[in-house]
Amino acid sequence: MLRFPAWKITSILLMTAFALLLIVPSLLSPAHRDALISHVPKWLPIRTLVLGLDLQGGSHVLLEVDSNSVVKTLVDNLRDSVRRTLREEKVSITGGIGVVPRGVQLRIPDPAERARAMPKLRQLAATFGSGITDSARAPAFDVTENDNGLIQFTVTDAGVDSKVRRAVEQSIEVLRRRVDALGTTEPNIQRQGADRILVEVPGLQDTSKLKEILGTTAKLEFRLVAEPGADPADVEPLDQVDNPGKLPVEKRVMVQGEDLTDAQPGFDSRTQEPVVNFRFNIRGGQRFGEVTSENVGKLFAIILDGKVISAPRILGPITGGSGQISGHFTVESANNLSILLRAGALPAKLTIVEERTVGPGLGQDSIDAGKRAAYVGAALVAFYMLITYGIFGIFANIALAVHVSFIFAGLVLLGATLTLPGIAGIVLTIGMAVDANVLIYERIREEAHLGRSIISALDAGFKRAFATIVDSNVTMFVAAAILYFLGSGPVRGFAVSMALGILTSIVTAVTMTRMMIALWYRYKRPVKLPI
Amino acid sequence: MKLLRLAPENTKFPFMRFRRVSYPFSALLSIISVVLFLNVGMNFGIDFSGGTLIELRAKTGEADTAKLRSIAEHLKIGDVEVQGFGGVTDVTMRFGLQTGGDAAQQAAVNRVKDAIGGDYEVRRTEVVGPRVSGELVQSGTLGVVISIIAVLCYLWFRFEWQFAVGAIIATMHDLLLTVGFFSLTRLEFNTTSIAAILTIVGYSLNETVVVLDRIREMMRKFRKMPTDQLIDVSVNAVIPRTIMTATTVFLALLALVVFGGQVIRSFSLAMIWGIFVATYSSIFICSPMLIYLGLRGDTVGSAPAPVTKPARKPV
Repeated sequence: MLRFPAWKITSILLMTAFALLLIVPSLLSPAHRDALISHVPKWLPIRTLVLGLDLQGGSHVLLEVDSNSVVKTLVDNLRDSVRRTLREEKVSITGGIGVVPRGVQLRIPDPAERARAMPKLRQLAATFGSGITDSARAPAFDVTENDNGLIQFTVTDAGVDSKVRRAVEQSIEVLRRRVDALGTTEPNIQRQGADRILVEVPGLQDTSKLKEILGTTAKLEFRLVAEPGADPADVEPLDQVDNPGKLPVEKRVMVQGEDLTDAQPGFDSRTQEPVVNFRFNIRGGQRFGEVTSENVGKLFAIILDGKVISAPRILGPITGGSGQISGHFTVESANNLSILLRAGALPAKLTIVEERTVGPGLGQDSIDAGKRAAYVGAALVAFYMLITYGIFGIFANIALAVHVSFIFAGLVLLGATLTLPGIAGIVLTIGMAVDANVLIYERIREEAHLGRSIISALDAGFKRAFATIVDSNVTMFVAAAILYFLGSGPVRGFAVSMALGILTSIVTAVTMTRMMIALWYRYKRPVKLPI
Repeated sequence: MKLLRLAPENTKFPFMRFRRVSYPFSALLSIISVVLFLNVGMNFGIDFSGGTLIELRAKTGEADTAKLRSIAEHLKIGDVEVQGFGGVTDVTMRFGLQTGGDAAQQAAVNRVKDAIGGDYEVRRTEVVGPRVSGELVQSGTLGVVISIIAVLCYLWFRFEWQFAVGAIIATMHDLLLTVGFFSLTRLEFNTTSIAAILTIVGYSLNETVVVLDRIREMMRKFRKMPTDQLIDVSVNAVIPRTIMTATTVFLALLALVVFGGQVIRSFSLAMIWGIFVATYSSIFICSPMLIYLGLRGDTVGSAPAPVTKPARKPV
């Protein structure tokens, strides 16, 4: 008990000093923190505690890729490819290419033509939709053929999975570009589960703008407005943004938003209305030039997410590779549209399945409440320990203070996020760390009552209590670990604080207290135990 | 300095005699909990039921719940629950899932915000869709079940099987009574409450392990003592520690209830109930279970051994 080697004392003191250094930047005000960062060498990692959105305010939005729309796009693209293949092979079909819920079907009545087309169609199905990045390379479609000449393409589950996965990846890229353009600090965008994307934007006040920017697909298309007498099969009526009623528009897409290289808000030189100026890449510029020169005098519809924004008349060929979208924008909506166009279109529709927004006022209130509770709780516990155990209580309280700084240092080191339940977890481990000391002290008292000498009572107290402390802490730790792996968000934050608290309490409540008592004993040589 | 002692020294309280009272008592409370849960149910927060919660603070003066209620009725978004939240200026509005999927949820939120935006600051908005809430229920339940199983395995490994069974029965008891507590008090049950429940499980196990640890130690020390006496001695030995720890945790939680803010109040209240129940069950439910499970089965069997071994007696 008395022998407490110098290296142990030194390492405990070093650990404590290290922990305190780690949490200093978090305690400073932002201005002082910047001053500190500019005055210390660059290689020193200065990190601050990450506060959860519930504490600092901000938005948490969970989006889900609509797998139905992914499948629909896939099937639509397949239908176009099938049609092209049949046209190339000059195969005639009866009844057109029908879209069924999970695929397409067609009928080739002539067996000879069918025999000629099938290898091509099978090859198409085998390679369709699987890019070079797909590791599984599972075919996206199954093909069946019956004697009546009915051929069916059905989407496979693997095909849907890989499409959804790719859609999620692409969406994350697009969303990142969009959110970055909002100019907020450190947004967090990550995949969650198979088909979800979590977007966390700290400190954002206007969430409706965020949601609008996240939820918009931003698929831009240029199509010709259908002339009277056009084949109804090639025409679809679309809603208009400005006018009531639908506008008949050709199904064929002339130029796509994918070919845009830039989009900027601006003002129309004549009307002074806000507009969006855009620029195409070479392919898009050429195509745009061809279409406008071949269709002078016709109406050209600019379509965003299936709605006609405007349909200006083509006055002459536009060959410069740039153009303008006008459509009764406000400055803000022109700005939003240009952000969306610059960032590109989402590959699939995203729906908001969960949203949590904490205003900055509430966040600050929560921090204040949490701090107040932590101070009061710590003061109550410390006072209670002092009046119960006297000098040993002081040792326990010092260990407790170090314990709390270890938890915060651990959070800083791990880069973990402190949430409101996390603060609750810390307050709780303050109580639990005390339990370790209580177990030890009560045991010491018991052993002293049994008539042992002071030194052997101290020794036995620590030794016997230790087994119990390990058992109970491991049990708690198991619960915390499972909480971490199965929980999400705030529950996770709680588990991290709790697990850290349990781990550090073994060092502080057992080893550190023991050290202090050993040093005290060596110095004081008491004849009677003070507890 | 005279030090404070909450527990008298050297108690000889016959805890095990109370098992004839504590078992029927706990059985009754458990049945009430189940009945409450089945008939009254929990006050599920939107994390589990799905729906929308909007927290508002009046920009000037007090929040007018009656007026908010009437505004909400005109919006045709189903039943809207308007409640005071903490102080007089704060109020929460809660309404259920809208028909028409996730987009309809968002639309309803916007309509509410538009209708009341001028006079109130929107402090918090939470919208949870039907599928997400279902998954939260699943993962929450799974968390509780798996952590209990994991802990059971650990205890089985470290102690005799009777200890593990006793600990699990005590933990289930605490869990059941906590569910009953949520049902009775109408405290909101959300993901943070799951954290509370799991912490109660942890605390309950901690209490149980401390008592069991001492029982095991006493078993080695007093090899021939009858089980009920043995447990009494053990519980009396740890009772000062139990009271001390329960009091410190209670003090910490009290600070959370009073100063921690409205958001975690249900968590803190549930935890206070939890430490109370956990302390009770570790003494009055888990420990007597060892008697019924025949902890000393092997020792009792060998107790009369000297009588049956006349050969060793010196003739």
